[in-house]
Amino acid sequence: MTAAATAGVQRAIALGLTAGEYELIVARLGREPSEVELAMFSLLWSEHCSYKHSKPLLRTLPTDGPRLVLGPGENAGAVDVGGGLSVAFKVESHNHPSAVEPFQGAATGVGGILRDIFAVGARPIAILDSLRFGEPTSERSRYLLERSVAGIGHYGNSIGVPTVGGELYFEAPYEQNCLINAMCVGLIETSRLIRSAASGAGNLLVLFGAATGRDGIGGASVLASAELGEGDAAKRPSVQIGDPFAEKKLMECSLDLLERGLLVALQDLGAAGLTSAACEMASKGAVGIDIDVARVPLREADMEPFEIMVSESQERMLCVIEPAALDAVVAVCEHWETAVATIGEVTDGGLVRVFDAGRLVGEMPVSALVDDCPVYELDPQPPAQPLYPPPVRAIASEDPGEALLALLRCPNLADRRPLFEQYDSIVQSRTVRRPGQADAAVLALPERDGCIPGIAIAIDGNGRRVAADPYRGTIEAVLECAANLACVGAEPLGLTNCLNFGNPEKPHVAWQLCESVRGLGDACRALSIPVVGGNVSLYNEGADGPIYPTPVVGLVGELPDVSRAGRLGFAAEGDRIALVGDFAPDIRGSELARLGGTELPRALAEIDIAAVAATQRAIRDAVRSGALASAHDIAEGGLATALAECCLAGGLGAEVVLAETVKPLRALFGEAPGGFIVTGGDGELRALAEHIELHIVGSVSGNRLTIVAGEARIELSLELMREAHGSLAALFA
Amino acid sequence: MKFGVISFPGSCDDVDARQACARVGEAVALWHADHDLAGVDVVVIPGGFSYGDYLRAGAIARFAPIMTEVIEFAREGGYVMGICNGFQVCCEAGLLPGALLTNIERRFVCRQVTLELVNASTPFTAALAPGARLSIPVKHTTGRYYAPPAMLAALHDAGQVVLRYAPGQNPNGSLDDIAGVINERGNVFGLMPHPEHAVDALTGSSDGLALFSSLVAAGAPA
Repeated sequence: MTAAATAGVQRAIALGLTAGEYELIVARLGREPSEVELAMFSLLWSEHCSYKHSKPLLRTLPTDGPRLVLGPGENAGAVDVGGGLSVAFKVESHNHPSAVEPFQGAATGVGGILRDIFAVGARPIAILDSLRFGEPTSERSRYLLERSVAGIGHYGNSIGVPTVGGELYFEAPYEQNCLINAMCVGLIETSRLIRSAASGAGNLLVLFGAATGRDGIGGASVLASAELGEGDAAKRPSVQIGDPFAEKKLMECSLDLLERGLLVALQDLGAAGLTSAACEMASKGAVGIDIDVARVPLREADMEPFEIMVSESQERMLCVIEPAALDAVVAVCEHWETAVATIGEVTDGGLVRVFDAGRLVGEMPVSALVDDCPVYELDPQPPAQPLYPPPVRAIASEDPGEALLALLRCPNLADRRPLFEQYDSIVQSRTVRRPGQADAAVLALPERDGCIPGIAIAIDGNGRRVAADPYRGTIEAVLECAANLACVGAEPLGLTNCLNFGNPEKPHVAWQLCESVRGLGDACRALSIPVVGGNVSLYNEGADGPIYPTPVVGLVGELPDVSRAGRLGFAAEGDRIALVGDFAPDIRGSELARLGGTELPRALAEIDIAAVAATQRAIRDAVRSGALASAHDIAEGGLATALAECCLAGGLGAEVVLAETVKPLRALFGEAPGGFIVTGGDGELRALAEHIELHIVGSVSGNRLTIVAGEARIELSLELMREAHGSLAALFA
Repeated sequence: MKFGVISFPGSCDDVDARQACARVGEAVALWHADHDLAGVDVVVIPGGFSYGDYLRAGAIARFAPIMTEVIEFAREGGYVMGICNGFQVCCEAGLLPGALLTNIERRFVCRQVTLELVNASTPFTAALAPGARLSIPVKHTTGRYYAPPAMLAALHDAGQVVLRYAPGQNPNGSLDDIAGVINERGNVFGLMPHPEHAVDALTGSSDGLALFSSLVAAGAPA
């Protein structure tokens, strides 16, 4: 090997490539890559951009359905919601940047997912976020929580898109590597959806939005595609800085340009900046692209060409326009006070060529960058030993009343109000069910045929149960999310997912990933829900080992009449309470088992997906018909916790008697998919019982929750439960 | 009655405010860079983060080209309603007394709150009964109303405190639970709660609609 080649390999490794990948690049180009070229390869061949460890798995997921209008591969997926409208949505991670700098990491995570949505032409109408941190007893976890929540609020509130839902969990395996996943949902007239494929040789490549600086260089490769460890503080310059005001103008400008029909193609600049945006557009359109970096507006004058090509400066968009449209495009950008520059053009032949003031500094086939990244076979092996230490025992008492209070108080189940009150959930005037009012957010769509239809949105994951059983745990996550939609009366139309896992080069993580994706596919097929797109975040581990395997799923569903959207809180004294579904709770793997310090089981109970799906359909139909006063699915903390949540949300007590049981703790606190708590009149509930397994177990009454289960008895005042449930406030004090 | 809702770059609730106004009258958009109020009877300065609010809430917007016209319009007795960021802009522009400071808990808060009507004899509240209780959401980081003691006493005496957070409902530490104030002349009204987000029971409450319909009943100022 020549000295130059040796130096090249070393540079490649420093950029996150392997020596083997460097050899492939040399072979493909027939020469050593230049500095610009190597920088571009290192990003597009990173796990974050190439999905080189997950691509074959993702191909196994069902991606088609009757309502699908935009599937995986575009900036966001979209489904038809009727009336000529579509809803675009996607979830994405910003885990590593947030672990290094939580405020900006989380803020730019929101900024990035917003751009994905308006890049397909849709106006963002909702944000949800899925957050995971280490135990709140750790100072680092509290710092990451407080700062990332502030960052999400800063960005979402300032840009005028409501944050309508989300989830928050604390588990020790996220101590070093927190998870920050953000989902955005947008609304668009279906005929106006725009794609990112560049076309038309001679058409102009126009960059608009913020100026390009040195922030975020190497974010996709150095940060997102490597494990966290020592020296992460030095990676702070790799974290981007967000400016929601710039994004607000960029969003209005982009939507205005689309409304006027001035764009041929549109693409946001996210991970890997201009490199990824330009190459993706060229690849999808099977064209070439010329870019002159000297024409890119810069924040810092002395940037090198490779820095300009890989910068992850935020709030930028790239579009292809016909030359005749340029004056009109510039005028729209000036109206929105958004900088704009023509930086290149579309060419025939499949080359991406980078110039610096006319001097050629890089020339590569688009296909080499986008298609030729090697795909790695995983080597999945189930772990021989448990991967995760048992949780720290947090309760000692066996008293069911004490257990219920401990569950309500524990940070994974406590009332999320102190969190969601930090987000604007109502801007844009569509929010029919806000956080805390129902199991899913409900947004109104324009009136149609004298009725106001709507969409429901939920996001769910349960890393601990996936850690116990990656296949069944992932099925449970999908079922849980679909159950949330059922409780407001919505039918799922499409699913997006973010697969947060450890280092896939390790066989046990590869096994978690393979089993989880198999579960995701099986659940989606059983429920007939297409996967419209998503994101994979690997290498989520530090010195203490991998995070819990955490597939996060986001569902969008429709409901015909939002005035009948379900609520979770008990509504009126005297309403009858029913337990619905073939609910077979198990204490193993439950939140109560966790509080008791019990280690994870080696497997979860088998799930009859079809039976759960049938229960969900029955609940959905009953909510839609207006027969139910409230509906809530039984999730973490089991039946007793679900009853307490219904009481607290409605400000009403309940008297419940469960069937005679020899294992009252299991009946009260065991967990399993498929169970619901609903209320209504006696007649309505008996009518529902003709379709589905249903047991009337009590009535809404007074200001205490009383549950009798065999020998066990719980009797707690609303006041006592509310005090316990309000524990999260202390984390934001 | 013709309402004009200003859009600054960074306004977030401008469309919501236009939709609310359109429920009771005609509503048009006004652009920050213009010097034209389009012959409206009421100017609404909406919520959001005008120009990013990076200096201080409302501090840059008061220098917007259109604010020259708004200040002149107010001086001539035209109705101006400043909601949230619009309230901050009105205080910065000297159209309303006092100032809005960072919430006592130093965080953004989005919450449905109960308000009490203190002064039902303004053109913005005439459709309501004195003491009426309204359910209207707040959502802001900078909403803690402050005025020096002498000014505060004068405001109370002159009936310029129009809306108050009901007991136990003050979300931000505002002095004397003040949620909305009016100028001495009675034609410029600022409030932190968002009445434009309380115009339909479907999305939470319709109690805010009366603040818009009162103006229609009052008619254009002579």
